Amino acid sequence: MALPLGLDIALQHLLHRRRQTLVSLLGVSLGVAFFIAISSMMQGFQRDFIARIIDVQPHIIVKAEIRNAPKQPVETLFEAGAVNLSGLKPRDENRGIRGARNMLASLEERPGIHVAPALSGNLLLRFGGKDLSVNVTGIDPERERKVTHIEKDLLSGSLDALYTNSNAIIIGEGVAKKAGIRKDDLISAVSPAGVVLKMKVVGIFSSGITLIDNFDTYTLLKKAQVLQNRPNVVNRVNIRLDDVEQAGPLAAEIEHQFGYRSEPWQEQSRNVLGIFVIQNAIMYSTVSAILIVACFGIFNVISTVVFEKTRDIGILKSMGFFDRDIRRIFIMEGLIVGIIGTLIGWAMGWALVEFMASMKFEMEGFVRAQGFVLYRTPRHYILSAAMAIVSATLAAWVPARRASRLNPVDIVRGAG
Amino acid sequence: MSNSAVEARLLTRTLPGEIPVTLVRDIDLTVAKGEFLAITGPSGSGKSSLLYLLGLLDVPTSGSVLIGGRETTGLDPDRLAEIRLAAIGFVFQFHFLLPEFTCLANVEIPIRRLSKLSPRQAREHAAFLLESLELSDHARKHPDQLSGGQRQRVAIARALANDPSLILADEPTGNLDTRTAHLVFDLFRTLAHEQGRTVVVVTHDHELAQSADRRIHLVDGRISG
Repeated sequence: MALPLGLDIALQHLLHRRRQTLVSLLGVSLGVAFFIAISSMMQGFQRDFIARIIDVQPHIIVKAEIRNAPKQPVETLFEAGAVNLSGLKPRDENRGIRGARNMLASLEERPGIHVAPALSGNLLLRFGGKDLSVNVTGIDPERERKVTHIEKDLLSGSLDALYTNSNAIIIGEGVAKKAGIRKDDLISAVSPAGVVLKMKVVGIFSSGITLIDNFDTYTLLKKAQVLQNRPNVVNRVNIRLDDVEQAGPLAAEIEHQFGYRSEPWQEQSRNVLGIFVIQNAIMYSTVSAILIVACFGIFNVISTVVFEKTRDIGILKSMGFFDRDIRRIFIMEGLIVGIIGTLIGWAMGWALVEFMASMKFEMEGFVRAQGFVLYRTPRHYILSAAMAIVSATLAAWVPARRASRLNPVDIVRGAG
Repeated sequence: MSNSAVEARLLTRTLPGEIPVTLVRDIDLTVAKGEFLAITGPSGSGKSSLLYLLGLLDVPTSGSVLIGGRETTGLDPDRLAEIRLAAIGFVFQFHFLLPEFTCLANVEIPIRRLSKLSPRQAREHAAFLLESLELSDHARKHPDQLSGGQRQRVAIARALANDPSLILADEPTGNLDTRTAHLVFDLFRTLAHEQGRTVVVVTHDHELAQSADRRIHLVDGRISG
């Protein structure tokens, strides 16, 4: 009985409408629980994906491309002039990154940075009557192992086997599966430049990122230059940083200094990161919808209580309760449902997350996984509680306001 | 100091609308301290409306109400509620007890709202009031376990909770049998004569009204004798 009077009345109202109260409690709880479970699942997946990208891919790729076509001399000369050039022909030959050697040397002088040159191009693999179009990247194994994950991803074979065999190639697990290629098989490779080579598969890798495993192959830089008929050409410089956060600024700096397009990992994966934004928007609107439905439940209970308790409101007011005392009673009812619903929802959400964590299955999407990757953070709990309690209070506000405005004379007169 | 407990001056209450309805018109009335007054009249004569105006539940269109000689016109609703809480006890035709609470807890509500007493004192005072109305046995019961007369006595105990000087009752015996009704009126007389409270009762029962010190009769919102 030490409870404040208003809270006492609010509790009694809810306790005497047990079933309805329970239903609205459950609504809030489910909203909170799903919020926690879904956010933990989505964010777990997204963070895992980003971690894998950062782990597997170079943090910055410098490409033999220029972001914007260079201005023609005539355009720089007459900057404000109405210049129209017709019949422009692009240069036939892509010569790769000029002065790559100097670039590598100057980049390597910086601390906390590893660089590896590469030549990437297309290749047609032919094996057992199957043609596969793949990307081939010529690498320098000594440098490459410091920049990408390729060596750790090898299922069989070794990176050094590229040196010890002539015409050696390492292929992705997906490529191997599609054509039924096994290690030590000989396959023929046809390049767009018309070079045909018999190559020996000395390794098979699996990065866990489906797109890479299904389309990427590696060979020695020299061998790739032969295949593409571009001796001494490098068209990519892969960079790995000790501090991932530096990728953006450093890429901009390199691009400014050397003029070649430099993509930090965020830009390389822009399409996927864009999907995450949409994913989050869908998730939050779905979860909000659950909470909105729960709020209708609260609104319903409290409206019913106000309707049924009209007489009580009348007598309380005639006794000397202020309008705001009455309003507080009913808002408190919403708050109680919100808080208790949140607490139950926390427990349910926690249980749901642990249940999902215990599930094991094979999944292949953007990445391969053996179950849900879950991200657990108190933020989800705090956020869901804030949403549930605020919306429960708002849902109670409307009927509470109506109750506080009831005229006691109408009530006692009507009943008399 | 004024000797009047409640005083009405040229009290008029009109309900606004397309056709305005006048509930009470130009009422002048003074009720002395310790007086037991009955207001009678046919239904629709405005007797309940007058009572609500005297009890500050309703606000007059014109005229004024003085409680204990104090002008109440123009006070904001919260001040009026404070006066009702401390100085006025209402009893209605229906008991209006809160069904979720025991009789004791019901009587405690106004005391807790006023919060002059500690929770323990509030409980003791409520128990004392129920005892004085011979309801001690029912203190722990919920209102729906009581008879009509018992409930109405609990409602009276609640009206007395903050020791008000003015008791206003609107058809308090409307739902009671004759014998119980007489008991309730006896109780009101005791409250007036032995405890010095001012009691104003609205009733349509002339026989019961005879037990009051004074009677006024209302017809069409005016006093007619």
